Amino acid sequence: MKANTPSERLVNGIIKENPTFVLMLGMCPTLAVTTSAVNGIGMGLTTTAVLAASNLMISLLRKFIPDGVRMPAFIVVVASFVTIVQMLLEGFIPSLYDSLGIYIPLIVVNCIILGRAEAYASKNPPLPSLFDGIGMGLGFTLSITCIGAVRELIGAGQIFGRQILPLADAAAGTAGYEPVTIFILAPGAFFVLAMLSAIQNKFKLGAAKRGIDPSNPDACGGACASCGNSMCKGKRG
Amino acid sequence: MKELLVILISSALVNNVVLSQFLGLCPFLGVSKKIETAAGMGGAVICVITLSSFVTGLIYKFILVPTGLEYLQTIVFILIIAALVQFVEMFLKKCIPSLYQALGVYLPLITTNCAVLGVALNNVQDNYSILEGTVNGFATAVGFTIAIVLMAGIREKIEYNDIPKAFQGFPVVLLTAGLMAIAFFGFSGLI
Repeated sequence: MKANTPSERLVNGIIKENPTFVLMLGMCPTLAVTTSAVNGIGMGLTTTAVLAASNLMISLLRKFIPDGVRMPAFIVVVASFVTIVQMLLEGFIPSLYDSLGIYIPLIVVNCIILGRAEAYASKNPPLPSLFDGIGMGLGFTLSITCIGAVRELIGAGQIFGRQILPLADAAAGTAGYEPVTIFILAPGAFFVLAMLSAIQNKFKLGAAKRGIDPSNPDACGGACASCGNSMCKGKRG
Repeated sequence: MKELLVILISSALVNNVVLSQFLGLCPFLGVSKKIETAAGMGGAVICVITLSSFVTGLIYKFILVPTGLEYLQTIVFILIIAALVQFVEMFLKKCIPSLYQALGVYLPLITTNCAVLGVALNNVQDNYSILEGTVNGFATAVGFTIAIVLMAGIREKIEYNDIPKAFQGFPVVLLTAGLMAIAFFGFSGLI
């Protein structure tokens, strides 16, 4: 596939450089809002909207922003879009606004967004940057929806609020699924993510055996010290 | 006085920022390899969060509310935090070089630490006064320091353990964090 075409950027964001499973970026919202699949989709799509808009805007402004102040400039652009999205959510989807709470304004400090601005949008034309943002956002949405679904299934026997596993009913004396509540509480988030990244490590070990370099492509803008990805090449020095 | 004590305990232990609110996970996972660096990061975070929750409280109350610009809080807070981190760095470099040497590398990283912005926003959301907000900021930062130092202590021991290959690195750290989160549930009986 040709590099930097819209379709290539979409596939790249969703599969090849999936921000959650491959790049390990944006861990805070990943763990915090994935108590259910619906929350995961809501957070993911909100982030996608901000990411696409900020990528487009930064790419349009890339020739005007002086190099020395680019970080503060990016932060202001991202923060403006987050504020707009926050107001829209509050106005039109108040239930989602309530369940995501403080994590909506915290999208500003999500490292995926600044990472893409720095690594891609500030160097490329607007159209690929827009699709890069959409692709990355959809990749993020997909992964946190999966995590949310796993946690919801184990923790409450539901997926998307629909009861999949019939619960045990002591009053009626019927046997059924006993929900493992801890999975929708804080520790469950850590456990599910630990398992998922162990699986991913397994694949990487396999890839390394076949002679493929598993180290990270430079997609995080080199902000190594602030990022938690222990698999990244820059981190191992 | 009693309310302040409750805020202190609840923010530092019961609602620990890292283990139950998932804020500041990046440094928690990234800089918790050695106890010394973890303690350094903790110290820097305590300085910055206490100061920033005080300053953002002041600005919110005396500038944003009177002018009706509350909806700009996210933009204003993040800029204040970025500026403040820079300022603290310059101040330490000039006046307390020894402390600057110890904390220097961690300071710029704090801007991207979501705990800092998270505390500022929480203070506004919970309608804390400036004093309560500052105490809340300090307590949150202390909670962060406790969590990251404990984590670093455990990780230093984990280094010598025989861990399945796929679990080495990131996964085992997450599992440990999960167990710590369960342990911190025990504090919920305190209040």
